[in-house]
Amino acid sequence: MTSLRSNTLSRWPTDELLCWVLRGTATIAGTIVLLIVVFLIVEALPALYHVGLPRFFTDPSWHPADGLYNLTPMLWGTLFAMTGSVLIATPLGILSAVFCHYYAPPTLARPYRRLIELLAGIPSVVYGFWGLVVLVPLIAEIQPPGPSLLAGILILTIMILPTITLMADASLANVPQQYLRGAAALGLPRWATIQSVVFPAAKSGLCTGVILETGRAIGETMAILMVCGNVVQIPSSIFDPIRTLTANIALEMAYALGDHRAALFVSGLVLMAMIVALVLAAEWISRGRVYG
Amino acid sequence: MCKYLNIFRVNPCGSLATLLILALLGIPGSVTAQTTATDQLSGKLVITGASTLAPLIAEIGKRFESLYVKVRVDVQTGGSSRGVADARQGLADIGMVSRAMKDDEKDLHAFPVARDGVGIILHKQNPVQALTDEQVVAIYTGKITNWKDVGGKDAPMTVVNKAEGRSTLEVFLHYFKIKNTDVKAQVVIGDNEQGVKTVAGNRHAIGYVSIGTAEYDESQGVPIKLLSVGGVTASTETVRNGTFPISRPLHIITRTPPVGLAKAFIDYAQSKAVHDIITQQYFVPLAD
Repeated sequence: MTSLRSNTLSRWPTDELLCWVLRGTATIAGTIVLLIVVFLIVEALPALYHVGLPRFFTDPSWHPADGLYNLTPMLWGTLFAMTGSVLIATPLGILSAVFCHYYAPPTLARPYRRLIELLAGIPSVVYGFWGLVVLVPLIAEIQPPGPSLLAGILILTIMILPTITLMADASLANVPQQYLRGAAALGLPRWATIQSVVFPAAKSGLCTGVILETGRAIGETMAILMVCGNVVQIPSSIFDPIRTLTANIALEMAYALGDHRAALFVSGLVLMAMIVALVLAAEWISRGRVYG
Repeated sequence: MCKYLNIFRVNPCGSLATLLILALLGIPGSVTAQTTATDQLSGKLVITGASTLAPLIAEIGKRFESLYVKVRVDVQTGGSSRGVADARQGLADIGMVSRAMKDDEKDLHAFPVARDGVGIILHKQNPVQALTDEQVVAIYTGKITNWKDVGGKDAPMTVVNKAEGRSTLEVFLHYFKIKNTDVKAQVVIGDNEQGVKTVAGNRHAIGYVSIGTAEYDESQGVPIKLLSVGGVTASTETVRNGTFPISRPLHIITRTPPVGLAKAFIDYAQSKAVHDIITQQYFVPLAD
């Protein structure tokens, strides 16, 4: 920024104009986020005022019609579904990008990449419908009732897989050719090159991919709503149904009034807080090492 | 349009924020019906409320629009409670309520349009043919959890309940006198179709949906079956003649006695001319 400002070029009128346009667009982007947060808080205030924040975590259950507003089971539901799917999708995605880049013959790599891109373009409601009519009955055969945390994790995995695969693919493509040639010149085998040269060089992109997929896993709603069973409880096994915070909002918002409605905005706030925590954690983990 | 442009010029931030909030909320604009006293009706009619009624009213609205070309009918869902609240606050010209009117709603003017029944559905392959009311209560409160206890196979039940706020849930709980806090469900669903799909995909599931939806899906070959309640077969026929116990009237409501456009629409929705639409939507037209 400083170097740009002191640049003599910036005195040119077109540069001045561009500068203001960029400032404008940046302000709009920032304002939208802030407006959404302010809006969430304003809408949640009645519930925070009438019910009080602690009760959202200490009430015996979630029955807003009877004035019970415990969000904790849904918080856990969101966390479990997110963690499970990220744990499965991350190695799968990164390794399939590695396969695509360093092992697959070009005739296979190209169509494979297109296929993954196609996977990214399928709307979430289609995944949800597939999960509901195929996956859930299959799980019900193994262990009733069928709609479960497991179904949610599997659907989420499929949905976030293209995100991490494409991000990993792009960051692997950005690894400088010299590194690879250097490694080859040293006589390193392929896997050793990937492990100790490519991964460290590409780790900022890989980290971004993980953050993006985690964000998508937290925010996904429709598919999760259709396959998870939506029972408000802390699951004791992966075959138990769960409800996520996003599903809670989608399921009840259309029919909610008064404090119930405000309580749903509180779930939105909690969700927002989770994402902020995630971003902060990612910043903290990667500080000075990945992006620096 | 000009009016909006003016607002933008005077106070860009305010209107942007309003638009954003409106978009996020999905709340209808405060545009209310402008009826003229001329013989040709014109204006916009905002109708909000029960999702059960919304597709029906939307269809009736389309036909109404084709009769009166200057009329626009805007139908939005949000549940019976929203229908009541919006009609009361004047946010909507007409509210839709998919249940009998409550005592504290006597101030509103209600007009029945059709009837709907809530039926209990099982998977087609489930050998259980009938359940008593006590058994249904025991199943939904978690006292019976295996089908062998009610004459079926030895398999755990999957109890399908509806999300809070849905009027189907209210009708069901009201008839069986259960509190929602006592319901032990394995699956919680949103709309009727999701309920039908959940039961069709799980041979040990029990759920409840609008009879119209269930009867239609059953006729389309979806593997579900409707149980009779209290010895009365669950069908649109028994709902029409009022013998089916878990049934409900579908109302459209206004705050003040309807005049002009709203009155014309309500009269039309109650007329015989829309009976075919009601039947198409698997509801039951009222007896003339």
